[in-house]
Amino acid sequence: MTRPRLVNLSLWLLLLALSALVVARARYSADLSAFLPRSPSATQQLLVQQLQDGLASRLILMGIEGADAATRARLSRELATRLRARPEFVSVSNGEAASEDRDREFVFRHRYQLSAAVTEQRFSSAGLSAAIADTLELIASPAGLSVKSLFVSDPTGETLQVIDQFERAAQPRREFGVWSSSDGARALLIAQTRAVGSDTDAQAAALALIRAAFEAARGAPDATTLAAPATAAATRPLQLLLTGPGVFSVEARSTIEHEAVRLSLLSTTLIVTLLLLVYRSVPTLLFGLLPVASGALAGVAAVALGFGVVHGITLGFGVTLIGESVDYSIYLFVQSRPGGPVNPEHGALRSLWRTIGLGMLTSVCGFASLLPSSFPGLAQLGLFSISGLIAAAAVTRYVLPQLLPRRLCAADLTPLGAAAARCIARVRLPATAAGALALLCLAVLYHDRARLWNRDLAALSPVSAAAQALDASMRADLGAPDIGTLVVVNADSEQAALQLSEVVGTRLDALIDDGVIGGYDSAARFLPSEATQAARLASLPAEQTLRARLASAAASLSLRLDALQPFVQQVAAARAAAPITRAGLDGTSFALGADALLWNRDGQWHALLPLRAAVHAPGAGDIDVARVRAAVATLAPGRILVMNIKQELDALYGSYLAEAVHLSLAGLGAIVLLLLVALRSGARAARVIAPLLLAVLAVSAGFALAGTRLTILHLIGMLLIVAVGSNYALFFDRRAADRDRSALPLTLASLLIANTCTVIGFGVLAFARVPVLSALGATVAPGTLLALLFAALLAPRTLMAPPDGAT
Amino acid sequence: MKPQLLALGLVLAAAGAAAPPAEGPGSDAGAQLDQLMSLMSQRRHGEADFSEQKYLSMLKQPLESSGLLIYDAPDHLEQRTTLPRPQSVVLDHGIVTMHIGQRERVLRLADYPQLAPLIDSIRATLAGDRAALERVFQLDFSGTLERWQLRLEPRDAQLATTLKRIDMQGQRDAVHEVQVWQSDGDRSVMSITPRE
Repeated sequence: MTRPRLVNLSLWLLLLALSALVVARARYSADLSAFLPRSPSATQQLLVQQLQDGLASRLILMGIEGADAATRARLSRELATRLRARPEFVSVSNGEAASEDRDREFVFRHRYQLSAAVTEQRFSSAGLSAAIADTLELIASPAGLSVKSLFVSDPTGETLQVIDQFERAAQPRREFGVWSSSDGARALLIAQTRAVGSDTDAQAAALALIRAAFEAARGAPDATTLAAPATAAATRPLQLLLTGPGVFSVEARSTIEHEAVRLSLLSTTLIVTLLLLVYRSVPTLLFGLLPVASGALAGVAAVALGFGVVHGITLGFGVTLIGESVDYSIYLFVQSRPGGPVNPEHGALRSLWRTIGLGMLTSVCGFASLLPSSFPGLAQLGLFSISGLIAAAAVTRYVLPQLLPRRLCAADLTPLGAAAARCIARVRLPATAAGALALLCLAVLYHDRARLWNRDLAALSPVSAAAQALDASMRADLGAPDIGTLVVVNADSEQAALQLSEVVGTRLDALIDDGVIGGYDSAARFLPSEATQAARLASLPAEQTLRARLASAAASLSLRLDALQPFVQQVAAARAAAPITRAGLDGTSFALGADALLWNRDGQWHALLPLRAAVHAPGAGDIDVARVRAAVATLAPGRILVMNIKQELDALYGSYLAEAVHLSLAGLGAIVLLLLVALRSGARAARVIAPLLLAVLAVSAGFALAGTRLTILHLIGMLLIVAVGSNYALFFDRRAADRDRSALPLTLASLLIANTCTVIGFGVLAFARVPVLSALGATVAPGTLLALLFAALLAPRTLMAPPDGAT
Repeated sequence: MKPQLLALGLVLAAAGAAAPPAEGPGSDAGAQLDQLMSLMSQRRHGEADFSEQKYLSMLKQPLESSGLLIYDAPDHLEQRTTLPRPQSVVLDHGIVTMHIGQRERVLRLADYPQLAPLIDSIRATLAGDRAALERVFQLDFSGTLERWQLRLEPRDAQLATTLKRIDMQGQRDAVHEVQVWQSDGDRSVMSITPRE
């Protein structure tokens, strides 16, 4: 074993071991953060916070189906009881009376601090008369029985006023005392996890807990099912449905992992079979896969080191590496004469290394354009591909030749190459025809320019349409917080945030009257600012004054004054009451609301006021964000934001897309520059680049004609077409430059095999259920095929003329 | 025309099927109640004026109100109060919509187990829905079809803590008076005069 050989091998093994170590210890994530910006604006920051750890991200919606309503209700109670005992859940709600009673008790106890109707005027003699008359009117109605018991303590009806303020009109339907879907077929529960929604591992653990608790609850002995086993057996089996952001991220991770594994296995099997047919030797095949494996390992290690966390989506692209790096060994094995010695310093091989090296650099230029992307998923992909390709090329150049046996066993592909050369020699694409084709594609793209790109972030979502529909239906039934249009208030303190929320609230009330919005939620509803609470309590009259005013009101309404003694006492007690604080909400469902709508981060307080669309307004369902903005604009400049989350997300994605397009163009520029420098000829550089551009244009035009709107992943696919295709074009260029027609058949054969591998790898990807993977596959598979075709057809005529000795 | 005739035919057939074997030893209260219910169930629509007095312990004088009752078989009952102030309460397929003062409130009757029996008892009586009545109340029929009394007492102890009983009086398929006795001593009396 020679010295350099030993050095190369040891270095390679050492780097492999280090990479393996890094890969084994890396953190992996499949949450939304791959899609979120690294250097966000204030709005985006809030958006990201909400998506990552806002309350909405921590809600798991549960549905129980099957059996009968009584059994579902029993299971709902049993499940809730079991989950409430777990520290992993902050709260579990299912509509049971117990929690409702605590809410009612809280509202009743604090009615004079919570009711917006409490003013000095309302507690004047006339005001008391009017308020009590209203309450009596309600008592006289058929529903009066429900409010009558409150009358002696609360004759002015503040408790009802507060309940109306809370606008809990969207209460879920109840069956047997627990929440159910509007059709009554499904019992519903909401759990709030302690872990944030972006903590996919914790969310997965919480989901496992819920499933286990459900199984345990279902298995628990129960009088009703024992009494009537026949009916229980006759109905549908009980089943648990789960949805929510946490469920989505857990499922997305497993789908991506599952798809990545399944498709990688499939494409690997196909490629290995093909290579076995070509090499007719298992050892050769295994040697050929070394650069691929080394590259993948190095790529993951580089991402783990560079970013600290590896996105599942980055791993999903492992197959992209196979696409190009498997080519390197194919070029080496097929182009070095079969049966001959593999000598790295052999003249033909030196030419091979130059071409592979330049092709690799071209790809690196393309992928480097992804590095500055503010889309972490793209930046990781760039780093992964660059380090993987460099590693694969280096292993092919410095390690593989050292390991290969003296006589490489591989089939002689000269006949295949010769046949291909004869085919190509018969057809030729004149430069004018190529130009016409390019113009045609450009015309198609220009015609469809308005709907070329899909700017909807949902286009990238790995969540199935069925899962999204289930989520929407359970959310609608529960009236659970959804992400829509929000007013966001920023302040330096909790009290300031609440006060500003109250001011915004008065403007929003006016918008409700105008029919611009249907309603809104605000933490200030159940946690008024201390100033507001104090003002309300201050408007309550002193005991003697109240008695006197009540006496005159009682006379006009023929009330028995003595019956209202509890009212007088409770008003007196309320005047001295301590203000409601956030801690005071604990144990009620308002605590959940307060945490969702008001939070502190890094010393800044944020209050959310989610808006609901007006039901009866023209264009119902949509909120005129501009009008809302105008209504609150002047209140506190810089402290109030109005945003529509979907619009913001789409805008965010749109900015990524625009950025990625610009970066890709810059990458193209870098590739042109690299080729000009390396080839030292404008004509040669143009000949290399023309087939690549033509392939990209043709694929884009194909998508436009098929009505497929392009996403950011199609763009990545185009980069890959350029990266992989540049090797093809460079080999034709090299053969033309070498004036070495004799080497042409083997070069062609190696390109055919390499391209077939790429088309297989990406063709399989095109059938993935994950949109990002399928978009990539559908772009690269046809694109690289076209790149090879165009590169062959545009190759210099002199090269393609039948070799002298061939006839 | 045809669908309406068909519907009428179905209703009559259903009523005939539900009716007990005509007369016989019909002085039995259970059979009389069945006859009353069957009579009620044949009525598809009715309108009546009402006036109501509510006797509440906290008031020195009863609260008085009056207005119009509208019934459409089997699931729609409306109470439109015109005096002293207009308000309306509509029960439709288990959903109660109330317009009282400035506010509209919508609630599902099933969500209010304390309130539901009170509102639903009148509907179920008018619909001749004996099964629905008996789910919640012990029924006691007295008198004759020409001049009957029906007493409804809650079966459920929880309900009995707020509602003591409901007494109804009537003549054939017309209810003339509904008295509601609450457990705390408050009561209301509603007199009903059919419009036809």
